Amino acid sequence: MKKIATGNKAVAEAVKQARPEVIAAYPITPQTEIVEQIAEFVTGGELKSRYIAVESEHSAMAACIGAGITGVRTFTATSSHGLLYMHEMTNWAAGARLPIVMANVNRALGPGWNIWAEHTDSLQERDTGWLQVYVSTVQEAYDATIMAFRIAEHNDVLLPVMINLDGFLLSHIMQPLETVDLGDFIPPIQLPYAIDPKNPAGYGTLTGPDQHFLFRWEIERSMRDAKRIIEQTETEFGERFGRKYGFTEEYRCGDAEVIVVSMGTLGKEAEVAIDNLRSEGVKAGSLRVRWLRPFPDLTILKGKDVVVIDRDYSFGFGGILANEIRAKAKVDVYSVIAGLGGQEVTYDDIAGFVRNRSIGQEFWFGVNSHV
Amino acid sequence: MTSTCQIILYLPTDQFLSFYNDVYIKGSRSITYRAPAHSLQELNTIAEIPKEEYLLKCTSACAGCSGALTLRYVLKAAGSNTALVIPACCTSVIQGIYPNTAFNVPIYNIAFAAAAACASGMSNAFRATGKNTNVIVYAGDGGTLDIGIQSLSGAFERGTDFLYICYDNEAYGNTGMQRSGATPLGARTTTTPTGKTEAKKDIDAIIAAHNPPYMATACAAYPQDIFKKVQKALTFRGPTFIHVLAPCPPGWRYSTEKSVEIGKLAVKSGMWVLYEREYGKLTLNSQSKVALKKPVPLEEYLAPQGRFKGIDPKTVEILKQRLAKNLQKLAAEEEEGA
Repeated sequence: MKKIATGNKAVAEAVKQARPEVIAAYPITPQTEIVEQIAEFVTGGELKSRYIAVESEHSAMAACIGAGITGVRTFTATSSHGLLYMHEMTNWAAGARLPIVMANVNRALGPGWNIWAEHTDSLQERDTGWLQVYVSTVQEAYDATIMAFRIAEHNDVLLPVMINLDGFLLSHIMQPLETVDLGDFIPPIQLPYAIDPKNPAGYGTLTGPDQHFLFRWEIERSMRDAKRIIEQTETEFGERFGRKYGFTEEYRCGDAEVIVVSMGTLGKEAEVAIDNLRSEGVKAGSLRVRWLRPFPDLTILKGKDVVVIDRDYSFGFGGILANEIRAKAKVDVYSVIAGLGGQEVTYDDIAGFVRNRSIGQEFWFGVNSHV
Repeated sequence: MTSTCQIILYLPTDQFLSFYNDVYIKGSRSITYRAPAHSLQELNTIAEIPKEEYLLKCTSACAGCSGALTLRYVLKAAGSNTALVIPACCTSVIQGIYPNTAFNVPIYNIAFAAAAACASGMSNAFRATGKNTNVIVYAGDGGTLDIGIQSLSGAFERGTDFLYICYDNEAYGNTGMQRSGATPLGARTTTTPTGKTEAKKDIDAIIAAHNPPYMATACAAYPQDIFKKVQKALTFRGPTFIHVLAPCPPGWRYSTEKSVEIGKLAVKSGMWVLYEREYGKLTLNSQSKVALKKPVPLEEYLAPQGRFKGIDPKTVEILKQRLAKNLQKLAAEEEEGA
């Protein structure tokens, strides 16, 4: 069915179709529309879920954990400070191997109070054992949320999945949305270790170094297995519903000499910049990183000039995406820090980054004179 | 209390449909809780408590641990269709080291601040799938009065169907006895080496402000009373609370064989009051009624405990005044409700 929706509404629509038994959430700008819409679905009887209006994000994740371990499907949504407030529990969710699905609307962290887009919130969750996908359109927000349930709950994965969408730039903009008839695309959840009073077990008991080490390795092994499951799921999604996704989205990269790498809505802005650069004769392409965890194979960047735009920063170190790419793709990059706290970054600005690139350097858009 | 109308808060299962309904109205809130129709087990002697053990031998509890003793009776009362949620506390250790567990019910371990929220999710998930499994949080005083109070308050405000038990040894025992909000005035802990200068937080008053259908206090020295109160609490649908005083030999610095004796002295001196509050109506236990009329001198409770060694007589006087005031307040509440 075709409609017009915001990114937030698209996520809520996907959740309605995935039918989690338990949803626990706490409101935060710019995520609120997701939970309001879900609450409306539940109240109106369109979605037969238990909606737990918890008193904090820490409790939202704890409630999803408590519900999840009984073997039911769970969902929550948050943003920024809310995500960081539940940080203790995001680690717990992954360590407990619970396939919780969460939408995070990317937003800057205070102080001062800033409600606009930035990726630093979810990037602080990189090492928790959550799969992370970054989306760029309303349609993709919907599609990725649908697929997240199937990927998370696959018995070769059984890890939580976070869908990241840019605050306001995607959460609140209206775009066309085509919903699908899911059919059996998401199989019923089958948690192999769900709580069963007839078969009592201790969960998360005291664990010595040797066993702890093994449990951590199992998370990593499942992260690696997740690559295959993501690929299978996205392929089948494409076959059934006609929209194809991958670990990255490449745009005119084939013969490109310079590639702009970014995440989220910046990736769509970059595509316009690429067209303009191409018309000037610059052989440019765009690569939008969709899955950050598990990290994609980026050998395509070898031998190219790489311009990475980070809407985030690791103080005392550098742009987070830039350095992940340096480490994993083994290429040096021109690191552009842009868009923090919702700073406007146009396609003209992006074309400018490409024209003025200086590999190995870092450029803070708008404050360069201070660098 | 009336049984004239019904507001369904929870999805009814076939089993629950046969249960009678109670409506609880107090203040501005009107909540329905369903209670199972089966009659509570009448206990005259401790020998009538079920023989089934859910706390197996070889726990890692300290000698004389009354927290483990309490849990043994909690689980006997709750039975096998129960899941425990345990935040960081002594019981995280007592249950044993992976891959073993000393408990014969499922135990879900969760982060310190999150027990009531985790139980909230668990209870909702069980009810959503038509299961009537008891969800019981078993948490220490730190996890209840201090770090866990937000999620506890939230779960009670939302009417979560669960039983929250706080076993209170009046300090952070698992980390070696640092003061908590539950540590009484004058007690020495590793972070109050000259005695705590503040009073114990009144968590029961805070819980009472949430208007739960049932709440009670208990003491590890009276296992039959624990058994009855847990059984009763589990008949209510909605949030219920039991606050159990759990004397702690290494923390309170008395010899391990004296846990029951110390617990009884706490009650007999009036330092700890046993009561239950059902739909807002308070009933004092007979032991506390005796303490109201003829209390054992407080010094008899304090003297055997190393944590009160060298306590200032003025502090003892303050403790005495406060316990008398507390007993009178609760007795007045009972009288008012009668």
